[in-house]
Amino acid sequence: MDALIETRDLTRHYPSGEGVVAALEGVNVSMRPGEFVAAMGPSGSGKSTFLNLIGCLDQPTRGSYRLAGEEVGTLSPERLAALRGEKIGFVFQSFHLLPRSDALSNVMMPMLYRGIPPKIRRERAEMALERVGLASRMHHTPSQLSGGQQQRVAIARALVCGPELLLADEPTGALDSRTGLEIMALFQALNRSGVSILCVTHDPDVAAFAGRTLRFRDGRLFEDETHPPVDAAAMIGVPFA
Amino acid sequence: MNVITREVARPVATPLPPLPPGRAGLSFGEAGLAALSALAANKLRAALTALGIFIGVAAVIVTVAVGAGARQQVLSQIQSLGANLLLVWGSNVRMGGVSLGAGQRPNMSWDDAQAIPREIPAVEAAAGTIRQQLQIVYSNQNWSTWVNGTDLDWFVAHEWVVAEGRFFSEEEATSGRKVALIGQTVAENLFGDENPVGREIRIRATPFEVIGVLGRKGQNPMGQDQDDMVVMPYWTARRSVMGASRAFARSVGSISVKVAEGEDMAEVEEQLRAFFRQRHRVAANEPETVNIRNLSEIAATRDASARTLSLLLAAVAAVSLLVGGIGVMNIMLVSVTERTREIGLRLAVGARRQDILRQFLLEAVLLALLGGAAGVAVGIALAHTLGAAGGWPVLIQWDAVALAVAVSGLTGLFFGYWPARRAASLDPIQALRHE
Repeated sequence: MDALIETRDLTRHYPSGEGVVAALEGVNVSMRPGEFVAAMGPSGSGKSTFLNLIGCLDQPTRGSYRLAGEEVGTLSPERLAALRGEKIGFVFQSFHLLPRSDALSNVMMPMLYRGIPPKIRRERAEMALERVGLASRMHHTPSQLSGGQQQRVAIARALVCGPELLLADEPTGALDSRTGLEIMALFQALNRSGVSILCVTHDPDVAAFAGRTLRFRDGRLFEDETHPPVDAAAMIGVPFA
Repeated sequence: MNVITREVARPVATPLPPLPPGRAGLSFGEAGLAALSALAANKLRAALTALGIFIGVAAVIVTVAVGAGARQQVLSQIQSLGANLLLVWGSNVRMGGVSLGAGQRPNMSWDDAQAIPREIPAVEAAAGTIRQQLQIVYSNQNWSTWVNGTDLDWFVAHEWVVAEGRFFSEEEATSGRKVALIGQTVAENLFGDENPVGREIRIRATPFEVIGVLGRKGQNPMGQDQDDMVVMPYWTARRSVMGASRAFARSVGSISVKVAEGEDMAEVEEQLRAFFRQRHRVAANEPETVNIRNLSEIAATRDASARTLSLLLAAVAAVSLLVGGIGVMNIMLVSVTERTREIGLRLAVGARRQDILRQFLLEAVLLALLGGAAGVAVGIALAHTLGAAGGWPVLIQWDAVALAVAVSGLTGLFFGYWPARRAASLDPIQALRHE
């Protein structure tokens, strides 16, 4: 029972026109706490469906998915929402920041739905922004921040509720390669401090920073490879704590 | 680009302390704040959307205030007539089968008036009156007005008070002394700023002493100036002003009957009809010789029509509230579409559907309430301005104000529900992908 993620025959079918599309078919995966896993595959390979299921945004057609011991497949929408808030932190390709709110408010936002008092919300949001190295940019709105900084705000937002799992969907897809490296270095630093990360990408260079790569093709998991991660910080020469 | 100096931040590896347990879900206050900041983010649009509600509420308040003011005016006019008052005047007089027309020839007498309180216990006072339009002269001024010859009971029945001077005495009444009381309008036109009491006026060349000026009553519900008249004792009028042919030496044109407090007006009216049938020896199959009017009833009818009018105006205003509500719904739908990605994000970070519903619903309600509050402020100001400009009485009805605000809030709730439902039922995956 020590697995963070445990899927058995995880399957997702979508009704489509005159039939059913098997977006994901019979995936068996297990992930331990503290792992940094990349999910790779071309578009249509099922990796996004996998991410949605793991992120509790969707529920499987068949099979089982246990997140930190809790079976997700049969949960009510309410409990599913609560689970997302408690256990998952999302990082998206296009950041998804609220454009008119400053960094601090963006990071405070998820705690709004957890009934956390404003004072604690603020304190934690400040800590989370410090953790991603944006202590000096707390009151900047997204338009006043670079892409990399925006993604850091998004990462702080994902971390602020203390999730079990950080889910990143093409986190470097909208960034230049240098900034992308910085973001991956941040992920690695976070991972070293104990954060479990699942990163979906189509880019093998990004997957190389993880310690394990899941390769998807045509809705199936066809390879599950553990490998030594490339050190992103070393590639840009910036020391990370 | 220098690797070392570039500001990449140095992340701190310390993990955050565990999140303290909180209540699940978005609190009402937090949802309100979020809704307010969403409105503040698009101030012009919020203002334009609230405009419909604003106009509706302002219209409700103005129309209700003007309508209530008009009703209050009618009510005070009713009161000025005298409460519990029945007016009796001569009806169709037939002479040898020929109808002479109502009121053309007096068919009631001074003695009829005197007999009424004796015969009908529920009557408190009854005053027979003759009146005629005559020219009044004071010094080099003259004024044409109604001259009434009546009894002291008349002042009781019509609830007149004396502003200056005094009423005439019983002795003056019976002896036919040449004394008169004048209404405010007459006093103003003949005497200007002078005090009329003790002065001498002339009517048909006969001098009369002005012994009093009556208090002001203003217009009656029929729009006549009640202060434009002169009152003197009946016998004075009979002997000195109106002439007295033998046939009409004791006749009166009308009798004012005041019914005692708590008595049934309709019942007294019936008793009066019976009284005159008997007194005028009218057979059961013959038409009545008198007309009886319950003046408060006439006024009450006017009051009812004023009420109907203000209801109608309020209904029109309510329609504009409805239109305003549709405006709110329209903009909320636009807002939901625009903020699809934001909704997807909120769902992804743990917002429940009911949190999203609450947030958008509150936004619509706040929008409508803000419009309503502005409508209240402007409506009250406008009602006063209109009243002052048009000389209309205006009465702010606070229950209508409260109702208008409540209705605007409910409008927001009603028209905001569907867009909010739409927002809450979005699929987070689709919403996050929305461009």
